[in-house]
Amino acid sequence: MRNKYSVFSLIKNALSYHENWQRAWKDPAPKKKYDAVIVGGGGHGLATAYYLAKKHNMNNIAVVEKGWIGGGNTGRNTTIIRSNYLWDASAGLYDHALKIWEGLSQELNYNVMFSQRGVMNLAHNLQDIRDLKRRTHANRLNGIDAVYLSTEEVKKFCPIINTSPDIRYPVLGGTLQRRAGTARHDAVAWGYARGADAMGVDIIQNCEVKGIKRNGNCVEGIETTKGFIKTNKVGVVAAGHSSVIANMAGLRLPLESKPLQALVSEPVKPVIDTVVMSNAVHAYVSQSDKGELVIGAGTDDYVSYTQKGSHQIVEGTLNAILELYPIFSRMRMLRQWGGIVDICPDASPILSKTSIKGLYFNCGWGTGGFKATPGSGDLFAHTIANDEPHKLNAAFNLNRFVSGDLVDEHGAAAVAH
Amino acid sequence: MFLINCPYCGERDQQEFKAGGEAHIERPKQPTELSDDEWAEYLFMRKNIKGVQFERWNHAHGCRKWFNMVRDTSNDEIKAIYKMGEKPPSQ
Repeated sequence: MRNKYSVFSLIKNALSYHENWQRAWKDPAPKKKYDAVIVGGGGHGLATAYYLAKKHNMNNIAVVEKGWIGGGNTGRNTTIIRSNYLWDASAGLYDHALKIWEGLSQELNYNVMFSQRGVMNLAHNLQDIRDLKRRTHANRLNGIDAVYLSTEEVKKFCPIINTSPDIRYPVLGGTLQRRAGTARHDAVAWGYARGADAMGVDIIQNCEVKGIKRNGNCVEGIETTKGFIKTNKVGVVAAGHSSVIANMAGLRLPLESKPLQALVSEPVKPVIDTVVMSNAVHAYVSQSDKGELVIGAGTDDYVSYTQKGSHQIVEGTLNAILELYPIFSRMRMLRQWGGIVDICPDASPILSKTSIKGLYFNCGWGTGGFKATPGSGDLFAHTIANDEPHKLNAAFNLNRFVSGDLVDEHGAAAVAH
Repeated sequence: MFLINCPYCGERDQQEFKAGGEAHIERPKQPTELSDDEWAEYLFMRKNIKGVQFERWNHAHGCRKWFNMVRDTSNDEIKAIYKMGEKPPSQ
């Protein structure tokens, strides 16, 4: 039985100096056999396990993670959540996730610190203005809140932006999604892990998948560093390493894995109370509750699994940040890191069955997977449990690269991929 | 960031170069006879190897010539560089 977190449990545990809190999840050894195994213990994988147990009554399942849970891209992203995508299929997918985010802390009894502080996207040239207006209209037709802002309105919403017409790429306007915002990335993984564990899901850390066993065209189990696990359903949610796992099953995916970098500054007092993204000059910035500026840089153009990335990418982003926010010119950066993102040719994800029975892939989220975590888990769980996609993820099948029915969000998604 | 030994210009900083993706993907000889599956394979499917991979690079801010590289994607170590049209070195 899982104890509920509340103000009373806080007081009760304060009396014993917070030394007797219940473990949030167990640390079990793998069983011989499961009804389904999720490969990858990041936010998406843990959410998938949570919804498999909660909505589809599949409790005899496991999540296997080669490191520790939430230690990959879940702990490396810039925590931006929004749903202002251009195409209908994407709007449906990302707004489904945003709606779950709105009640997630209550549902999980775990504070994911979801903060609807708004996300503003800036326009710096005539084409940006046209694209942003088009997207605003498309969003509103899909029932997603979006407004177009003039330069003055941008300045009013975020006063520290330099809106002078004299800068190299002046701010000509912007869009705002007020329901968008940020959340605490680690808490999402921990909250889902705790919730899934309470329903009987085994979360097995430090357990790397080494092979996928097939009998003809059906999955029979997985070889791991903790032994063989028998199962007929394997859901792979391995982000940057999706191609590596696919290769074990003899599949090829339309993915390239590239380093994406982010950095945070020293903590300062509150100075920016929203998220501002600029596609054209590639500068994303928000401020964490600790006071650090959280800055997203771009991807490198070569395949790499090193979690490093190139210096000039960070330099380019900081140049843009300094021009847009001269107030930050004396700030020092505290940490920089990279994550490996799996990018699809159309910059949309894959949530799909494969040609192998019982093998499912949830990958290709590229540079923007965090925002979709709850929706991705919910829809992938539906796909695994029913062996059929939900109508919201039907368009994100692997076959679209054969049929040509791509969901081309390159540049359309208000962000450079 | 790493140094790249351009076969035409010598050792230069990586920022001068542009990565061009997987090498040795042959353009179909009879495009009209290809099935949709084969087109998808040619256009979109990639090896995306964690380990030694063959790839194309372009010295975009230098001589602007294309060449091939053998690189370990797990540590960014460059194993070999050879010109377009040359046979890839055996591993």
